[in-house]
Amino acid sequence: MVPAVMSDRPPNTPGTDEDLSTTPSTDPDPGEGAALEIRGLSVSYRTRGGTVAAVRDVDLDVRPGEVTAVVGESGSGKSTTAHAITRLLAANATIDAGTIRFGRHDLTALSEAELRTVRGAQIGLVPQDPSVSLNPVKRIGEQVAEVLRIHGLATRRSAPAEAIDILHRAGLPDAATRARQYPHELSGGMRQRALIAIAIAARPRLIVADEPTSALDVTVQRVILDHLQGLTEELGTAILLVTHDLGVAADRAQRLVVMSQGRVVEAGATREVLADPQHDYTRRLLASAPSLTTAIPRTKATAPPPTGTTPLVELRNAVKEFRLPRANGESRTLRAVDDVSLTLHRGRTLALVGESGSGKSTTARLVLRLTDASAGHILFDGTDVTTARGAQARQLRRRAQLVYQNPYASLDPRFSIGEVITEPLRAFKVGDRTSRLDRARELLDRVALPAATLDRRPAELSGGQRQRVAIARALALSPDLVVCDEPVSALDVSVQAQVLDLLAELQADTGVAYLFISHDLAVVRQIAHEVAVMRAGRIVETGAPDDLFKHPRHEYTRELLAAIPGRRDDHDLRTQTA
Amino acid sequence: MRRYAIKRLAQAVGVLWAAYTVSFLVLDFLPGDPVTAMASAGMDSGTVDPAQLAALRHEYGFDKPILVQYADYLGRAVRGDFGDSVSTGRPVSSTLADALPQTLQLTGAALLLAVLLGGGLAVVATYTSRRWLRQLLLSLPPLGVSVPTFWVGLLLVESFSFRLHWFPAFGNDGLRGLVLPALTLAIPTGAQVAQVLAKSLLTALDQAYVETARAKGAGRWRVHLRHALRNASLPALTVVGLLVGQLIAGSVVVETVFSRDGLGRVTAAAVTAQDIPLVQGVVVFGALIFVLTNLLVDLVYPLLDPRIVVASGRKAVAV
Repeated sequence: MVPAVMSDRPPNTPGTDEDLSTTPSTDPDPGEGAALEIRGLSVSYRTRGGTVAAVRDVDLDVRPGEVTAVVGESGSGKSTTAHAITRLLAANATIDAGTIRFGRHDLTALSEAELRTVRGAQIGLVPQDPSVSLNPVKRIGEQVAEVLRIHGLATRRSAPAEAIDILHRAGLPDAATRARQYPHELSGGMRQRALIAIAIAARPRLIVADEPTSALDVTVQRVILDHLQGLTEELGTAILLVTHDLGVAADRAQRLVVMSQGRVVEAGATREVLADPQHDYTRRLLASAPSLTTAIPRTKATAPPPTGTTPLVELRNAVKEFRLPRANGESRTLRAVDDVSLTLHRGRTLALVGESGSGKSTTARLVLRLTDASAGHILFDGTDVTTARGAQARQLRRRAQLVYQNPYASLDPRFSIGEVITEPLRAFKVGDRTSRLDRARELLDRVALPAATLDRRPAELSGGQRQRVAIARALALSPDLVVCDEPVSALDVSVQAQVLDLLAELQADTGVAYLFISHDLAVVRQIAHEVAVMRAGRIVETGAPDDLFKHPRHEYTRELLAAIPGRRDDHDLRTQTA
Repeated sequence: MRRYAIKRLAQAVGVLWAAYTVSFLVLDFLPGDPVTAMASAGMDSGTVDPAQLAALRHEYGFDKPILVQYADYLGRAVRGDFGDSVSTGRPVSSTLADALPQTLQLTGAALLLAVLLGGGLAVVATYTSRRWLRQLLLSLPPLGVSVPTFWVGLLLVESFSFRLHWFPAFGNDGLRGLVLPALTLAIPTGAQVAQVLAKSLLTALDQAYVETARAKGAGRWRVHLRHALRNASLPALTVVGLLVGQLIAGSVVVETVFSRDGLGRVTAAAVTAQDIPLVQGVVVFGALIFVLTNLLVDLVYPLLDPRIVVASGRKAVAV
């Protein structure tokens, strides 16, 4: 079915043996020896509203044994560029102009049948979201073996053993067992390794990695990227790394391509671009990228509250257990929150940091009384609310509000923005229609949105604007506490910075306290007065952010800090710019 | 797995009991009296001897209080005895047993045809890259669902029996006699399978894992059949389970149109004659077939999708 016409070289021949340490700091001739050479690429999407140009006149080179990173915010065209290379664009996309040179071929001119001999065999793709990118009904081993079978690199008999071997090379521990498992039985990090195994199975010359780690925890991200980098160096594979995270790009890429609104605005050796950005957009991107060393605290350093004042929130030895499904007749429980004590004062921000599954969100739900504690006490403004019900719980709801992670899902799409913001007021029967709308206008002004936004629908707003609306809604009842659950992690970096500024400003004005949940230590450093690091349901370390980040005491905190991307070149950068 | 099967079996028994009870109550509240109907069937005058009626009522137990009747009938039904048909006097169970093979042949053939035609249509319609062909194929299922069964049957008989003489127009003889009625029954059923499968295939083809498969260099057929189809088959399987009920109901019309013997015609005759024991036997029997098919469907799910764990939740949460 697949005509084998294109294999101009054995699939396992590495490109060149270029030594990584001699990466040129200047840019002699980007086209020379490139594994991939894109010239004048333009891609557009046909939509109901007409044709939208997503990628315009893009030039890009990827060299063997090198990582080239494409960075940009959502909508910059970086992902479309990556997909155009393997011609896996959406059905309504067309390549309008340009060439994509790969070896002897122009990929834009190949037929579908010819492309199939390139995909998988010569170009591997590491997709964005490991949770949905593996076929849920097929075993991991089968999915890796499929690449070998498609390209005739293994027989039906030899493929399973080779798949285990490849999984092992991709860094999956206990590969033989994993090969027999299904995707849902593996963690996100393990799934991403399986996907890397699929990408490297046929030893391709080029790997296109589209945000390969943005869905993973930082420590997992580091291991995965380390591994991908190791493979590049070992096999001389060229990697095109698409990422929104400037820190990841700075750490991993020899060359950097900055995209904005479908165009390449700047390209060059990573160090040079970071040290001396030529384009305005790159400078802005750099300025807003939260890196630990460059992060400026956005909150005012307020004096610690005098001892003896009643804290707004106090958690005493709180425990939350979940029942797990029975296994072999035994009942098991999961301690999501394990003996957690914390204190939050008015006008202050306490950040809970930790990886997924560390219990930070459950802790916040305990504080909000959205879930019942299995043991321990929860005090709100001096009152024990551990078992509060009815009127007392309702009173608590009024004084404690929540801002969710995903502004795309947390606003009712059928409500107008006015209805969204006034809903808490309606729920508590505050004021009449006109006074509620006045309040909504005032709140919109506070979060720096025009009053005309009142009549818009959530779908008409950008992510950053939606999160502002969510903040306005949380503030509608003038609460004492707002719990922010990863409030900026779904937003682009430049928008992140604006939202964090807004939160800090609102705190200074209204004296609201934040319980701020985040996996991103750089973000936490900018906003928190105090930080609690959580792991496996326990708080392992607390302290002021400066203190904690400069002198971490707990091993886990050190590990988390070390995993943050964007730290490697910081030192070099500062010495260069100095 | 065994525990799950036992639990589902218990549920099945519950459903059967409910079907029996509801049909008993509904038939009891319906106007008309089976005994009167039965007694007047033999006589043209319409005047029936009241004493004779009372005797008949007593014989069938209709003179007892409703609860006693219910307990009585239920007790016997559990042992497989649904009483005797009021109109023929034969035991209900043997009447049904005689009619069953014919109907099983018909509905089985219809189900097979429905899955093959409907599934095939869905796969081809979602595979083709020719827009006009896809539009054309995808417009067939709504048509198939909306045309009435008896009309399709008459149309088929008109063209394939009377004009072309390929297949007999009625009767129960052999495979050739089965083709037209099975096709008639399969058209609306297959149309629904096609609708659901096409929809879920299109959804599956939009998933990220399909892109992964394409990035491996997989051809379109491989992506379509090995990756998308298995993921898309679950909703279609659910529909197939439900359609079995529809097939049994459809056999009433089809067996009448094609003058075939079978459960459908027994049902039609029983309803016309107000033959309560027989109607009740048909209801419970239909429920039994329906419940068994859906039990089977539920047991097949985990074979198709490893994420569905039937053994009371083991491994259901990945910790």
